[in-house]
Amino acid sequence: MQQIRSMKELESFREGLVKGRDPDRKFISVCTGTGCQAYKCDDLVANLRAEIKRVGLDAEIETKATGCPGFCERGTLVTIYPEKIFYQRVRPEHATEIVERTLVKGEIVEELLFVDDATGKTIVNEDDVPFYKQQQQELLGPNRILDPTSLDDYLAIGGYGALSKVLNELKPDDVIDQITASGLRGRGGGGFPAGVKWRTCRDAPGDIRYVICNADEGDPGAFMDRCLLEANPHSILEGMIIGAYAIGAAEGYVYVRNEYPVAAANVGLAVDKAREAGLLGKNILGKKGFDFDVEIIRGGGAFVCGESTALMASIEGFVGEPRAKHIHTVEQGLNDKPTNLNNVETWANVPLIMNKGVDWFTAIGTGDVSENPWGGSKGTKIFSLVGKVKNTGLVEVPMGITLRKIIYDIGGGVSDGKKFKGVQTGGPSGGCLPEAFLDQPVDFDELTKAGSMMGSGGMIVLDEDTCMVDFARYFLNFLRDESCGKCTSCREGLEQMYQLTDDICEGRAGPDHLGLLNELAEVVKDASLCALGQTAANPVLSTLRYYRDEYEAHIYRRECPAKVCKPLIRFSINSECNGCNLCLRNCPYDAITGEKKKGDTYKIDQEKCTQCRICFESCKFDAVSIDTGVMR
Amino acid sequence: MEEMVDKIIEQNGAKESALLAVLMDIQGEYNYLPRPALELVSKKLGVSMSRISYMATFFTAFSLEERGKHITTVCMGTACHVRGATRLVEELERVLEIKAGETTDDKQFTLETVNCVGACALGPLIITDGEFQGNMTSPKVSRLIKKLRKED
Repeated sequence: MQQIRSMKELESFREGLVKGRDPDRKFISVCTGTGCQAYKCDDLVANLRAEIKRVGLDAEIETKATGCPGFCERGTLVTIYPEKIFYQRVRPEHATEIVERTLVKGEIVEELLFVDDATGKTIVNEDDVPFYKQQQQELLGPNRILDPTSLDDYLAIGGYGALSKVLNELKPDDVIDQITASGLRGRGGGGFPAGVKWRTCRDAPGDIRYVICNADEGDPGAFMDRCLLEANPHSILEGMIIGAYAIGAAEGYVYVRNEYPVAAANVGLAVDKAREAGLLGKNILGKKGFDFDVEIIRGGGAFVCGESTALMASIEGFVGEPRAKHIHTVEQGLNDKPTNLNNVETWANVPLIMNKGVDWFTAIGTGDVSENPWGGSKGTKIFSLVGKVKNTGLVEVPMGITLRKIIYDIGGGVSDGKKFKGVQTGGPSGGCLPEAFLDQPVDFDELTKAGSMMGSGGMIVLDEDTCMVDFARYFLNFLRDESCGKCTSCREGLEQMYQLTDDICEGRAGPDHLGLLNELAEVVKDASLCALGQTAANPVLSTLRYYRDEYEAHIYRRECPAKVCKPLIRFSINSECNGCNLCLRNCPYDAITGEKKKGDTYKIDQEKCTQCRICFESCKFDAVSIDTGVMR
Repeated sequence: MEEMVDKIIEQNGAKESALLAVLMDIQGEYNYLPRPALELVSKKLGVSMSRISYMATFFTAFSLEERGKHITTVCMGTACHVRGATRLVEELERVLEIKAGETTDDKQFTLETVNCVGACALGPLIITDGEFQGNMTSPKVSRLIKKLRKED
């Protein structure tokens, strides 16, 4: 690609691109995000292309392999433009039918349409699907029509227009003022106003400054950053370039987690293409003296590296141990130079704000940021809605929407007709909230008041089958493993807290356990250096606060109300049994005996049973019961 | 091996700060970090073995032992956990007769866990040789291992 050397050249290049593309042209977009990969979406793309060629339409109809629009539950997602015909749960073998019936004859393939549970009706147009209808997809929206490997696609939808506008019309200080006025706060979970951070970094003494994109998305159950990196990497780069201009940085880094190979590849390719086009490098878009380039760093798989000082240590070639922040990284960060680090989603919001304006951005969300950038939460936020919810996927909504709207209206409620027990937000630093909080608005400040936090956007729905003590133990196990070990309170405290919850789950706990757990939680919170340790107690504290009865049931009655904790449950076969003997054949421990006939002839030998649950999972007649309060 | 290590060091800019990237590439090449390779890195980058070993044991991406032909990874993300990921690990440990993090004696299987791969809609899921297998149950994982053993 030839170098674009000025705003004029960018606009004329874009014009050429747009002119060459009929807005009403037919094309077919296939989600090839990580979620759909499991359904062999790459084969589907190949099959579609082959079929389109076979019917001789390959000159007219393009098959676009796009990133993820969010509805992972129904993958592989296929949309046919310009009609926006939406097909879901598409498999590679459906290619022929789609091409022959929809593309050639203009018919709808009924069996691939989405069926609305509420009305029982099928939905043809993607925009009418309830999951999408109630969202405001400012960041995720373009994913549907972008080939992430194509710079042209991004340019055709106005990409790098914000950068061009900024370089031509605004001084660096003006950019920072606008970002501050927009009230944009850190999407990684910290919620620190981006404008304030940029200002401090710009004003810090020194000639060399860095900008970093934190793509070490470590919260388990959260994948919105991965999706943005995979689907629309140029939007993040554009944000970073604008940030670099405002702050005065010439070098930038994207720190991507090792577990996200596709994201690293796509953002790497985007950097190469942007460099080739002159959007990175020297005198960007003809702006004399504005040089900026970006390097991709692959993380080594450590949760703590999402912490800014640990991340910077890791870029320098050291292990990712956080340091005390008496001096902030915006003053002395990477290589002891002023460094501005923002999360992927924060960077992706920057071009949006520059394009659509501060007023547009502040009209979305809660509070008032005109006087104080901490005064509210503005813009949209992407959540990864997962766990025991019907519509798993990524959801982008305006800040301030209630948990109920997200979980029930968009998410379709709890899956398998189970009862809602709670929702966990904020990852290992966050907490669990019960049903009473469903009408709580979701933003940076409201969930914190309730004892949880919005965090980076993980939202895990829990149902009656989730044991809250086991759940707290899960997070402690995660955190004790991920603690870097620098602070004794975190390293040893989390280990002991884990042991205490383990005792409770295993039926070994006494009445003193809860007091001890509470006390330790407070110590870990107070005495740890970085946010990992300071917030590590939240999953325990919030479950103790809202689900104390479950802890007490384990301790005083040796009962696990959710029937999860193995030593506290017992399996037996009830009268629903029709004698199919599937449990007997599947039991790996030969614990089941009986004859193949109707009636409760099968018996489980409790001495041999390890509570592996395989009989329960394989039985098709609900004939395996689990009892609790029966400790052996 | 020296040639390969030289090539990797050169690709990453032969500087001390590239240590993490160099180790990642070595792990990518050999599937683990062989000690002789680490000694070469130590010599060539002028970084002590203790720092390299600190690095290699700190990050979960690295393995100091040779791994098996088939790498089976269970996602332990929160969404997978509430859908029963722990039971998958237990079942795999039983079927393969090893603990998570270990490799079978015949070097055929390595069982690993990962904090989250962000494919939560498929949960609980395991990854066998890079391929995502969603909505897993204990009986399904045993069948999968049987199938992989048969194919060999």
